[in-house]
Amino acid sequence: MIHFAPVMLFFPLLGFLVLVTFGRRMGEKASGTIATVAIGLSFVAALITFLGLLGQSNREVTENLYTWIPVGSLHVNIALLVDPLSITMCLFVTFISALIHLYSTGYMHGERDATKFFVYLNLFVFSMLVLVLGNNLLLTFVGWEGVGVCSYWLVSYYFDKDAAASAGKKAFIYNRVGDVGLLLAMFLIFDKTGTLNYLDIFGHLGSFTTLAATMAVLALMLAAAGKSAQIPLFNWLPDAMEGPTPVSALIHAATMVTAGVYLLCRMNPLLSLSPDGRVVIAIIGGATAFVAATIGTSQRDIKKVLAFSTVSQIGFMVLAVGTGAYVAAIFLMICHAFYKALLFLGSGSVIHGLHGEQDIDRMGALRKFMPITFATFLIGWLAIAGVPPFASFWSKGDVLDSVYRHYPALWVLGIITAILTAYYMSRLFFLVFTGKARFDEPAADGRPAIHDPHESPKVMTIPLVVLAVGTLLVAGIDLPWMHAHTLKAFLEPVFTTNLYDPNESSGLQIILAAVDAIMAVIGIAVAWVAWRNGPDRPKLEPKFLANVWYWDNFYDAIIGRPGQRLAQEAARADVAVIDGAVMGAAAVVTKRAQALRRIQTGQVRHYALFIAAGLVAILVFLLVKAFHP
Amino acid sequence: MITELATTMIKMPSIDYLAILPVLILIGGAVLIMAITAMVPGGLRRDVATAMTVTTALAALISSLVEWHRVLVQGATTTIAHAIVMDGFSVFMAIAVSSCVILASLIGHDYLKREDISSAEYLILALISAAGAVLMASANDLVVIFLALEILSIALYVLVAFNPRRAESGEAALKYFILGGFSSAVFVYGIALTYGATGTTNLTQIVDFLGQNTAQHPGLLYAGLGLMIVGFAFKVAAVPFHFWTPDVYQGAPSPVTGFMAAVAKIGGFAALLRVLLSAFGTQAATWQPIIYALAVASLLLGALLMVVQRDVKRMMAYSSINHAGFILLGVEAATTRGVQAALYYLFAYAIMTVGVFGVITLVSGNGDRDTDIASYRGLLRRSPLLGACLVVLLLAQAGAPFTTGLFAKLGVLSAAVSVGSWPLALIAMVSAVISGFAYLRLTLISVRPVGAPTDVDELGVETGVSAPMHHLGATLMLEEELPTEVEIAHVGVSPVALTGVTLAAAFTIIFGIVPGPLLSLAHAATMSLLG
Repeated sequence: MIHFAPVMLFFPLLGFLVLVTFGRRMGEKASGTIATVAIGLSFVAALITFLGLLGQSNREVTENLYTWIPVGSLHVNIALLVDPLSITMCLFVTFISALIHLYSTGYMHGERDATKFFVYLNLFVFSMLVLVLGNNLLLTFVGWEGVGVCSYWLVSYYFDKDAAASAGKKAFIYNRVGDVGLLLAMFLIFDKTGTLNYLDIFGHLGSFTTLAATMAVLALMLAAAGKSAQIPLFNWLPDAMEGPTPVSALIHAATMVTAGVYLLCRMNPLLSLSPDGRVVIAIIGGATAFVAATIGTSQRDIKKVLAFSTVSQIGFMVLAVGTGAYVAAIFLMICHAFYKALLFLGSGSVIHGLHGEQDIDRMGALRKFMPITFATFLIGWLAIAGVPPFASFWSKGDVLDSVYRHYPALWVLGIITAILTAYYMSRLFFLVFTGKARFDEPAADGRPAIHDPHESPKVMTIPLVVLAVGTLLVAGIDLPWMHAHTLKAFLEPVFTTNLYDPNESSGLQIILAAVDAIMAVIGIAVAWVAWRNGPDRPKLEPKFLANVWYWDNFYDAIIGRPGQRLAQEAARADVAVIDGAVMGAAAVVTKRAQALRRIQTGQVRHYALFIAAGLVAILVFLLVKAFHP
Repeated sequence: MITELATTMIKMPSIDYLAILPVLILIGGAVLIMAITAMVPGGLRRDVATAMTVTTALAALISSLVEWHRVLVQGATTTIAHAIVMDGFSVFMAIAVSSCVILASLIGHDYLKREDISSAEYLILALISAAGAVLMASANDLVVIFLALEILSIALYVLVAFNPRRAESGEAALKYFILGGFSSAVFVYGIALTYGATGTTNLTQIVDFLGQNTAQHPGLLYAGLGLMIVGFAFKVAAVPFHFWTPDVYQGAPSPVTGFMAAVAKIGGFAALLRVLLSAFGTQAATWQPIIYALAVASLLLGALLMVVQRDVKRMMAYSSINHAGFILLGVEAATTRGVQAALYYLFAYAIMTVGVFGVITLVSGNGDRDTDIASYRGLLRRSPLLGACLVVLLLAQAGAPFTTGLFAKLGVLSAAVSVGSWPLALIAMVSAVISGFAYLRLTLISVRPVGAPTDVDELGVETGVSAPMHHLGATLMLEEELPTEVEIAHVGVSPVALTGVTLAAAFTIIFGIVPGPLLSLAHAATMSLLG
């Protein structure tokens, strides 16, 4: 059953090919159905593969699909590595993707080019699975670029909107910077080990010096920072919210943005060689979690709040990786995928119900109008805020435990971030669903009043309910007192260097858990006091935070503007030097060729003469060589 | 008395028929078609004749695969008094030649129909000429090589002229015949001198002789070698022995040109490689400078003259000269890597070129007239599949990724660099850039819709083309050769020829994405040649 792994890839690819060929003719409804079914089948295949893997003792299977270049020392294989880590990723990626596809059939209804949307979405899932299942860095890189380009297309899906078009470009460029990191890491690793195959790399770790390992780890971290939106490359993600909301939920919350964390986890044996590298990773993760959480407190766009929350949560995952708590990172990743997808789809439902309004100042009291959205969002809110016994309490708790043991200073930062998380999520929740309705009168800037907000159709609420149930149950895969039988036991063989053991001492653990819970309650309480009645608290939304720490302005000043100047100069030089050279060369080529043409006279005797001349030249050369060796 | 008789009887050498099976099949098929054509009143039906030719070539291909199996099991063997050798190298060439015959007969079918030629000469002569090429690759004796060369060439001379209604074909055939005769004479003289120097014409014995003796005055030997190189260089169209190429390529009927460009080059290079690397392998230091010079001249002249051609067949003639230069790069390296790259290049080139001439056959229309580049305007829109195949085949010739062209060029370049011939590699790259321009220009013309403002006439003057492109276009489309108004004819595409072209394009793409099988085939062939 393990051989079902390629089938996982097959269905999304087939869906993509069918839609790209016939999609336009089939129309929106049929293509949405096909796309959803393809991903659903892919999930089933993942499930079968998972059961197959459970049933055998060797849980590290390489499925060779095809050998591309078998020449000499260069062997490039296309093969899948099916192991607990990759199959865990596949399971939640396909499951959540299937739900979001279903949701999209409702959300994208009536959009122009909805077919194209599903084409991209299927291609995205295929690329994501390639990224996760590839047995070597090169294949992972292919998937990495594949999800990147799908993300670009989907962010700029409303390409006639300036904001969307430039957000797509921004996402792409930031990702390219990270990709350089991945390429550098690949070069370094190939240089040291002569292979890009994961298992072979891990077999040749002896050839790494500590310095080389640290450099490779830092390069990988740069890659992860690009894809997973970490400092210093995090601010493409909020802009990426210009894409349709299902895209934000799937790509920019649940799956793609966790690819960086996956990469770091996958390369854990290398990370174990570089303590310095791990410290850097932990600091970047902790700092990102904190910075993004502070920004999240002052955003007014419902999706932006969730976007910064995503950045912050991934920061926690990276922090976990930095402390060696890989299982905790993956556990948080899965929980996050559920509740963040739920929250995004909920926000999509709100936006849909309010005819496109995204400003939380213009919401309020939606509890009454959208009961299902309200109830499911409530679960998501409690889950992310870290209230026991919901998901984040357990998963973030594991992370913070590990941080406490390794870097107490970062633990303090993490606890502050936890308070902020509970606070900004509660602010969002209260402003959207409770208090007085603020959408039914025209806004100060002339936006018209919105009447009759409505609950979303069934295709949208069913995924919400399923995700809400999932969010309630997901923590069960790795509860602390059951680690021997759950996710941790399953994943542990992959992480040969598991530095973290949450079973260590129950007393300390209970104290830490109590601290987490109290922090969550504090955050919620503060938000309740401040935001219960309405949005007018400018002091709590400082300009510095609302403007994202002026991060964009900073980049604009140090990179954007000088870069533009450089480009202008280069353009001038291009016209003068490069074009001049090209045109000059072309002119020379043409002139020479015109002259050469004349020797082709069409006369046989001339041809024979040339042959004879060539013959004589060769003979003279040879005879000289013969007699003067 | 009886015993006396027995001793005076001519002793027949033992014959391993498998070793010459592909040749026998090709010749047999030709004879059969000829006989049936003569016997059936009104001649053989055209599609039956084509079908028989394809079947014959297919049978030759399959018999080569059987040989391949035998070679894998038993290794190389010689037969018929060591005049014929069956090894990986000969089988590789037989596979390449048979594949080209299949494609060329599919493409020729439409030509014959269009020109209303009912006789089957084209197919018969193609089979015979192919037999010559296969024999050339499996010859282990200079005399047999000469024999094979003549079988190949004489059939080609006739093929060039087989359409009696085409005056320029006659002229081309005569030119080809005179110069070909000239070069054959040179080649035979080379054999004679080699015999004089070594006392044998058998390649294996030449190797033994050169291994055991060092000539004090190697003048005779070197002269023989030099003359033979001239003979081969003529056949593969290397500069300065290429002069026949543009005229003959242009004059010959288009499907013949494609066939000739592929099969003559395979035969010529096969014998060249066997003679130089196997028989004269110890003398590499002597012949390498000559090959070097031929390569440089072919690369540069081919590329330079390619860009100023307006006639597509002439352009492809110079392209074939340029490709010969590239293959010589691998020969010059004289290493396993170089030979393997040259073989891969040869196979890839042969298929591409048959395919391109297939497109040319179809586009040039009745009487083979429309060979001006302007006739390709908007081909992709007018006839999408044909246009797409042309684009693929042209990009492959330029060496684009995901085609066989990339690995071909990459292979010979890296072989040249690995033996330190980097100036040669550099020249080759420059020539690839220059020729790339010509390929891309034809591609561009085919891709643009007819009547678009940026048509070939005003290439780049209007919108849509970047400034440098504009200038290149403007400088290279010289005043005198601005296109006259060429009528865009309807491209009559029949499924048979289109199948041939599509097969060539598919081969080019598939083995560009999965180069493994072809590369390992070339590798095995190389190993059997170099031991």
